[in-house]
Amino acid sequence: MPHDLARAALQGLLTRTSVPRDVVDYIVYGTVIQEVKTSNVAREAALGAGFSDKTPAHTVTMACISSNQAMTTGVGMIAAGQCDVVVAGGVELMSDVPIRHSRKMRKTMLTLNRAKTLGQKLSLISKIRPDYFTPELPAVAEFSTSETMGHSADRLAAAFGVSRLEQDEYALRSHSLAKKAQDEGLLQDVVPFKVPGKDTVTKDNGIRPSSLEQMGKLKPAFVKPYGTVTAANSSFLTDGASAMLIMSEEKALAMGYKPKAYLRDFVYVSQDPKDQLLLGPTYATPKVLEKAGLTLGDIDVFEFHEAFAGQILANLKAMDSDWFAQNYMGRKSKVGAPPLDKFNTWGGSLSLGHPFGATGCRLVITAAHRLKKEGGQYGLVAACAAGGQVMVLCGSCS
Amino acid sequence: QLQLYRSQSAGRFSRRGYACRNISTSSALQNRTHVSCDIKGDVAVVRFNTPNSKVNTLSKQLSAEFTDVMNEIWANEAVRSAVLISSKPGSFIAGADLNMLEACKTAQEVTQLSQDGQKMLEKIENSPKPVVAAISGSCLGGGLEVAIACHYRVATKDRKTVLGTPEVLLGLLPGAGGTQRLPKMVGLPAAFDMMLTGRNIRADRAKKMGLVDQLVEPLGPGLKTPEARTIEYLEEVAINFARGLANKTVSAKRSRGLMQRLTDYAMALPFVRQQVYKTVESKVQKQTKGLYPAPLKIIEVVKTGLDQGNDAGYLIEAQSFGQLAVTKESKALMGLYHGQVHCKKNKFGNPQKEVKTLAVLGAGLMGAGIAQVSVDKGIKTILKDTAQKGLDRGQQQVYKGLNSKVKKKSLTSFERDSILSNLMGQLDYKGFEKADMVIEAVFEDINVKHKVLKEVEAVIPAHCVFASNTSALPISQIAAASKRPEKVIGMHYFSPVDKMQLLEIITTDKTSQDTAASAVAVGLKQGKVVIVVKDGPGFYTTRCLGPMLSEVVRVLQEGIDPKKVDAISTAFGFPVGAATLIDEVGVDVATHVAEDLGKAFGQRFGGGSIDLFKLMVQKGFLGRKAGKGFYVYQEGVKNRSVNSGMDEILQKFRVPPLSHSCSDEDIQMRLVTRFVNEAAMCLQEGILSNPLEGDIGAVFGLGFPPCLGGPFRFADSYGARQLVDKLRKYEAVYGSQFTPCQLLLDHANSPSKKFHQ
Repeated sequence: MPHDLARAALQGLLTRTSVPRDVVDYIVYGTVIQEVKTSNVAREAALGAGFSDKTPAHTVTMACISSNQAMTTGVGMIAAGQCDVVVAGGVELMSDVPIRHSRKMRKTMLTLNRAKTLGQKLSLISKIRPDYFTPELPAVAEFSTSETMGHSADRLAAAFGVSRLEQDEYALRSHSLAKKAQDEGLLQDVVPFKVPGKDTVTKDNGIRPSSLEQMGKLKPAFVKPYGTVTAANSSFLTDGASAMLIMSEEKALAMGYKPKAYLRDFVYVSQDPKDQLLLGPTYATPKVLEKAGLTLGDIDVFEFHEAFAGQILANLKAMDSDWFAQNYMGRKSKVGAPPLDKFNTWGGSLSLGHPFGATGCRLVITAAHRLKKEGGQYGLVAACAAGGQVMVLCGSCS
Repeated sequence: QLQLYRSQSAGRFSRRGYACRNISTSSALQNRTHVSCDIKGDVAVVRFNTPNSKVNTLSKQLSAEFTDVMNEIWANEAVRSAVLISSKPGSFIAGADLNMLEACKTAQEVTQLSQDGQKMLEKIENSPKPVVAAISGSCLGGGLEVAIACHYRVATKDRKTVLGTPEVLLGLLPGAGGTQRLPKMVGLPAAFDMMLTGRNIRADRAKKMGLVDQLVEPLGPGLKTPEARTIEYLEEVAINFARGLANKTVSAKRSRGLMQRLTDYAMALPFVRQQVYKTVESKVQKQTKGLYPAPLKIIEVVKTGLDQGNDAGYLIEAQSFGQLAVTKESKALMGLYHGQVHCKKNKFGNPQKEVKTLAVLGAGLMGAGIAQVSVDKGIKTILKDTAQKGLDRGQQQVYKGLNSKVKKKSLTSFERDSILSNLMGQLDYKGFEKADMVIEAVFEDINVKHKVLKEVEAVIPAHCVFASNTSALPISQIAAASKRPEKVIGMHYFSPVDKMQLLEIITTDKTSQDTAASAVAVGLKQGKVVIVVKDGPGFYTTRCLGPMLSEVVRVLQEGIDPKKVDAISTAFGFPVGAATLIDEVGVDVATHVAEDLGKAFGQRFGGGSIDLFKLMVQKGFLGRKAGKGFYVYQEGVKNRSVNSGMDEILQKFRVPPLSHSCSDEDIQMRLVTRFVNEAAMCLQEGILSNPLEGDIGAVFGLGFPPCLGGPFRFADSYGARQLVDKLRKYEAVYGSQFTPCQLLLDHANSPSKKFHQ
């Protein structure tokens, strides 16, 4: 169950940071597809991980940026003087999503609860038909447009003229870089997880550098038969959980901690969920830079959530277009595309996987580790989410 | 150098893009104005672009240039396939150029045009180089015939892209091979449905039917505008399919579903086909009463093609096309088409201020209907009523109207919800200070109208227009209570508002130009066909209907039962029988109007006895809304029976029939001549500004037989002389209600005078 994964992340955090449990004032977790039994998964996981039962916890949801929301919620609570120490994280268990009975079946079952006599019960049961048993599967589709995300990504890639080859090349880059980072031991944020009854998972298991020829053989997954988004150039859905310790600077220093990174500033924006579903980073990046008083050139490390290779490339093209900036963003000129040598250099969601609710923390902590490793000062994290929403966060290492 | 890109592996296309080079194959290319051609790699891209027009039409010029271009493509060895596309995102080809058809003087000329088209499209069908139609926007009539002659069709899946064969609505048939190709493509039943109803088919439905092979989703903003990029993308996709067809990596053969294969198999059996013909024929007979020749011709032409082969099929298609084009029915329907185009323009120009917030007073059938057609066009609408119960009913009506579109899948449930957020139901005048226009649809009583006008004027801003949705009360009388009569106007909607196309706008002497411009703009936005008339009792539509209904009552008094009256009037081409029409309008409303107009016009509105109506009202026989009128209306009962309670009333007002003028034809003519006479009088008095709007108003508002084209076109085709003779004959028998008006007499006296030249 999801809270088991979340528990492991929380325990890992406790071990790594050695933070005393009773210091933690609050816990916030992000998740997307909720397990109905643990709808406040933050609280269940915290209790299970041995946190104090006096530490309140709540769960937030904002599609793929749920744990980003968890982090900024924590930042907000600290800024408001509510807390000093917050644990934020996210969890997603894609391998076991709740599948519902059909509406008709649910209605019958609920009425059955209220039936008093055996006769009433039997008459209700006799009304059940085979089609009542058709289950309702959760879909990765927009509620407002009924369009699946992959379909939208394919259209976005087409709108910006991103070719199949460009997408495959970018996906290959992501896998190759992730493999390299993994081999060099750079992905130190990973906590081993013992799957009950099975082996311990010690590293990301979705990194599979292939060849362009192999990738070229795949059929389009969404816009058939001529689309460009395939299984190989999309992020894959996986299980995962993440956790992060956030403190006010005074508290951290008083307790003798050296911060991995400072969370400087963040913005959330949203736009048309149909045609600009995954175009958020383009809108949000210039905004957060302006807010933080920085330019694109000041940023040393970019960590962008890779939902689809086509989506990343479309965003890069949009950020590099004066026409787009003027006609859709109301800006005088483009913000510019981030240089690729500073961009997702340890792989990304395409190669590491995308457990919806957990990805945000991974992006931020990877940015922090990269800043430290590469000696940079400023990092910028951007992630898009369903509903056309997006979050970018600007952090620094000092 | 010319680069050729082949697909890299079987079954998949190169995504690397293509080499692009324009080659001018002849100097003539520079002079072409309607069709252009680019060569992209080994694919020729043919672009249609009728200059200075929103849509492309198959004119002589376009056809000639198209033929030229295709000949060059066939001669060019570097080209292996072709794509047909439009430069206009909103229109592939919207159909044949009507002016070209109307300029033809004889059936032979039209037949010749048809045969030229057939030959050209046959060449495309047999082209050794595959031709792909890339369809974005309207692909109708001749445009669809071009598309189905191609080997493959790719269409943009958006709301603007519609495919169809609307020829039947103009009294014609698809005359460029469509009647022969369509049944083979979509199957006989679907082909008949398309050709006999003329309905528009959206791209996704067309894909399911097998009318198009691939869909392209519209794109959002990229490095170009969504429209520009989408059509470019459509072209790229079509080019890839064209290349695939030439390389044989793509097959044009469609995989057919089991049902479709079964149907096809059944249709191949002659006796099954005969059965289908018979069923369709009897259905058409029932619906058209034999008044429209085109549908029957369509059946005959399809039948000939399937039973006797292509040559016979093409021949009879061309001949029938020619014959139909010169029928008076076709001329009438084309006249209506031109009239509709005319009534979709705002002759007052753009209003100074666009109406963004609209307030509707009264949440009855009319009020809620007006609200429904406004919210779904993005107008913020306040729906105000005086009672919660009435308001609830009205809001439910709007919801139901929109939800039925969700059920038909022309709207998503999310779109429905977001449209409904434009609707604010309330009992007070809150927010009226932001209203740009108020339309009142309250009870038809001058005192009530005055009361709401005064209340509203106390709360609305200075620029706000006050429109009255009344069917008979003179607008100047309503405006008399206004502080600002220049802002008062009439907007007469027809029930049910979401179905009826007509909006009659009434201006008084004091109504300002800008107020009129604003009202017309709102009507057009609501999707209405708008006629603008001068103020007067009954305006135009109600006034024309009055004398006819009076005559209906007279006929009923003469002992003809309601069912027979209905049968006689529908046989003449009215979509709704005359007795049923009274029930639909409401007997109380009809009484009200008849009394008002009777006072204003006197003898001319006489004939039937108004006391008959009054007694019906007394007995509660108010028509459909009361469940009883001339007929009894029961929920779920289709075959309604005559209200036996009426026998006594009809008996009471019985008048002896005058034997020499009560044949079916006489009864029809009595009804129609009074209608036409009154319409002519409206033109004579300047209520109507032209006969075209008079025809549109009568057909779209009152159901005047479309095959006759409206009262004025009917006067022209029947002959003003003959009409006057009839009127004189009935005048002698029944009295002055049949006295022909001066304008008709003028026309009768000089045979060259026509309402429509």
